[in-house]
Amino acid sequence: MSKALKKFYVFLVFVFMYAPIVVLMAYSFNDSRSSSAIWRGFTFDWYIKMLSDSQMMKALQTTLVIALSSSLIATIIGTLAAIGINNMKKRTKNAIMNITYVPVLSPDIVTGISLMLLFVFLRVPLGRYSLLLAHITFNIPYVIISVLPKLNQLNKNMYEAALDLGASPSYAYRKIIIPEIMPGIVTGFLLALTLSIDDFVVSFFTSGAGASNLSIYIYSAVSKKYNPSINALSTIMFVVIFLLLVLINSRSKEKTKKNVNY
Amino acid sequence: MKKSFAAYPYLVWAIIFIIAPLLLVAYYGLTVEMPDGSMVFSVENFYKFFSSPIFMAAFWRSIWMAALATIICLIIGYPVAYYLSGSIFKNKKLLLLLLVIPMWMNLLLRTYAWLILLDNAGLINTLIKALGFEPIEFLYHEYSIVFGMVYNFLPFMILPIHSVLVKMDNSLIEAAGDLGANKRKVFFKVTFPLSLPGVISGITMVFMPAVTTFAISDILSGRTIQLMGNIIEDQFLRSDNWNFGSTMSIILMVLIILSMVISSKYEKENEGGGLF
Repeated sequence: MSKALKKFYVFLVFVFMYAPIVVLMAYSFNDSRSSSAIWRGFTFDWYIKMLSDSQMMKALQTTLVIALSSSLIATIIGTLAAIGINNMKKRTKNAIMNITYVPVLSPDIVTGISLMLLFVFLRVPLGRYSLLLAHITFNIPYVIISVLPKLNQLNKNMYEAALDLGASPSYAYRKIIIPEIMPGIVTGFLLALTLSIDDFVVSFFTSGAGASNLSIYIYSAVSKKYNPSINALSTIMFVVIFLLLVLINSRSKEKTKKNVNY
Repeated sequence: MKKSFAAYPYLVWAIIFIIAPLLLVAYYGLTVEMPDGSMVFSVENFYKFFSSPIFMAAFWRSIWMAALATIICLIIGYPVAYYLSGSIFKNKKLLLLLLVIPMWMNLLLRTYAWLILLDNAGLINTLIKALGFEPIEFLYHEYSIVFGMVYNFLPFMILPIHSVLVKMDNSLIEAAGDLGANKRKVFFKVTFPLSLPGVISGITMVFMPAVTTFAISDILSGRTIQLMGNIIEDQFLRSDNWNFGSTMSIILMVLIILSMVISSKYEKENEGGGLF
């Protein structure tokens, strides 16, 4: 095959990947109530309608509140866990890491229904709090997985040197260890944030009627009438996720640059 | 550094929110509810599942459609991974990032977008009509679900293959060429066998989410075609038969663990053999 043909093939696959996204974005500016393809002129109406759609705004608020709080809590618990796990004997460490990989590897639908069974069993009403607990649960492993390699790279002598120079263990942790593993912590937090914003299946089973997040809202809206405001909202969400991704990516690039300099 | 107690909050969390829920699934899956409301140990629900033509049809349909989507992903994705690892493109890093970005858009939104494109009155059919052809009904078929799976999980196939191809030792390919193999032979005798670990993990990464999905099939078939995931969803949210739903979840987990065991075994075999 010639070079041009190969390029064209890859180009086609990219068209396939981006076609629906581009169409979705374009339709969010189309001045038409139906999903038919005819272009009826440019409008911001759907963005304005989106802002006055109270259900949609409530779902957006739920998504953001849950995403921020769950990734914050997961980052704290996960970072502490990583520090603790790093200090354990190899066998305990392996056992705990195996448990940590369970939510990562098991299908979302199983994570979702198993947590739902737990909440019903513990009589936690399905709503905002159960949603928060579920999101923390699937976020923690990703924080641990992001932080643990940083702890492994750490020079152990630094901590001991700090102690020798008179620092208390907690002071040494705050001033030496935490700053050193900060890139891992931030990456873990951003990863948790994206996963939480993106999640549908686990949220679907663990939230109640009053606590729909955006994914659940979209899921129930899709089966109803065509609503261009969803396109407007998706456009905004895509742009936000895109920016988050660029942020994560530029961070990891910085990281590799630093490593090269050493 | 002997401060393992920092992990204690997480350990408590993991026991409550990771281990206990799985035990509950096992408990519900292996019991049936008696008329008086008590739970009795029984494998009746497994029997019910494997003897019911409807559930077995959904079971095989899930596996068949996920397998078909995986094969199509491999056929479409391998050349992309191959070309992106070669010297055709200059800005390969950017292209790789572009490939990942759609994956981070909500799966529901991506699938919903195809609904707009493929609808009877959608963009593609409007174009077809404008060209003077009969419109095609794309949606609400089994194949529209496979299409949705391919679209959503294609990057999962491309990325692992790509990462293996990039790391591959180029001197092996040069050596094969020097020893007289033509390009075709080099590919089938050297490049492809060496990229198998990537292919295997790509297959697992596409097959696993595809076989457990319920959102894709719900949206693209308009809830007319049921996969395993749809039936589990149904048991929990509509039929209210949690015991049976848990039984099916256990079956799904076994399916996932099996495919993971097979792939990890294959990867190990490949590490040992293959080259020397």
